[in-house]
Amino acid sequence: MAKKPVTFILNGSERATFAEEGLNLLEFLRRGIGDLSPKYGCGQGTCGACTVIIDGETHLSCLTMAVTIEGRKVETASGLANGKVHPLQEAFMEHFAAQCGYCTPGMLMSAKVLLDRNPAPTRADVIEAISGNLCRCTGYEPIIDAILATANMRRLA
Amino acid sequence: MRVESYATLAEAARAMGPDAVFMAGGTLVMRDVNAGTSASRIVRSADPVLTEIRSTGDGVSIGAGVTMAQALANRDLAYLSSVARSVGGPQVRNMATIGGNIFAHHPYGDFAVALLALGARVVLAGQGAAKPLEDVLRERGRSSTSPIIAAIEVPRPRDPRAFAFAKVSRIKPKGVSVMSIAAHLPREGGRIRGARITFGAMGPTPLRATAAERVLEGQGLDAATIARAAQLACDGLDPPTDALASAWYRREVAGTHLKRLLEKMERG
Repeated sequence: MAKKPVTFILNGSERATFAEEGLNLLEFLRRGIGDLSPKYGCGQGTCGACTVIIDGETHLSCLTMAVTIEGRKVETASGLANGKVHPLQEAFMEHFAAQCGYCTPGMLMSAKVLLDRNPAPTRADVIEAISGNLCRCTGYEPIIDAILATANMRRLA
Repeated sequence: MRVESYATLAEAARAMGPDAVFMAGGTLVMRDVNAGTSASRIVRSADPVLTEIRSTGDGVSIGAGVTMAQALANRDLAYLSSVARSVGGPQVRNMATIGGNIFAHHPYGDFAVALLALGARVVLAGQGAAKPLEDVLRERGRSSTSPIIAAIEVPRPRDPRAFAFAKVSRIKPKGVSVMSIAAHLPREGGRIRGARITFGAMGPTPLRATAAERVLEGQGLDAATIARAAQLACDGLDPPTDALASAWYRREVAGTHLKRLLEKMERG
């Protein structure tokens, strides 16, 4: 496969590199850039483990062609902690919202976009927001609690 | 594999061939790329017509590259919001396009089921007049070169209560469809005129349930008419057996789901 130049913003810093045509964004981030936070689950768009934020919207990085992010802003879970862990990460730990942890980076991305857009979500809003992310350990309840707790904490702060 | 990008849809249409596939949102094409089973050339285009949404008197012309999320955010497409919301999770809705849905094989392709019930017409890149969606679905996969869809013209129901959609799924809140059903039942003087009932996952493409349509034509939605339509729901359909349900199960339950949808429409 031919390589093409790609310039984009990853978690606030500009990156200029090359990506093979046809390579998906997940593989590109993990192997090309070394950001291991987005996870490979199904490669079919079913599980949401590879969820990243592109220009403020959640996208499945396994179904995104890497060369299409030219000039765009990409956020991953590894960009959440800034000196100290992000309030969502704190709440996930507090509420035991991770068991094996494989779905967690994707869950965090979906939760972040939800709270950025809707600071006071209902339980139903949270369920809808993470409906594209599968978790096979927790039964979802601790994750929903953690996201609602983060929203509540922010309102009190 | 090679990726080709063209400024205009006309150029992209000329570049299509038996060895090429057109990629919009990527939710279908990238699955094949990841599995190593995609066509050897992937054709793309950033033509702005793909993302236009235009009101046209009695309907809306939707660019084929409009995503489910963009459709949900557009007031002119409010009558399709329950359909767009039923597709995927948020990530898929941010990526999957209306045009791509027409090429989706079941258990995907719920949006096309609604478009078929509304009598949508499809504008193909580099071709003149719009074609009925029915024809495009019938030809899907039959010719060696797949067409590129530029836009979909969707009539707006005069009475919003004349249109209804249901997706039957085993998983809450989101799962792929065991089947999906759309009904457009415009009334004249209380009688249904131009009934259209469509099913997804009940054949190789979204299909019209013509026997049920004939039962409803000229009638109101009384209990006896609904029961007769439900009885004939599967007439002429060819449901598949897959990991979600057997053909037998789909035949058993299709009538019941159609009955519930029609009863809900009648209750308003």
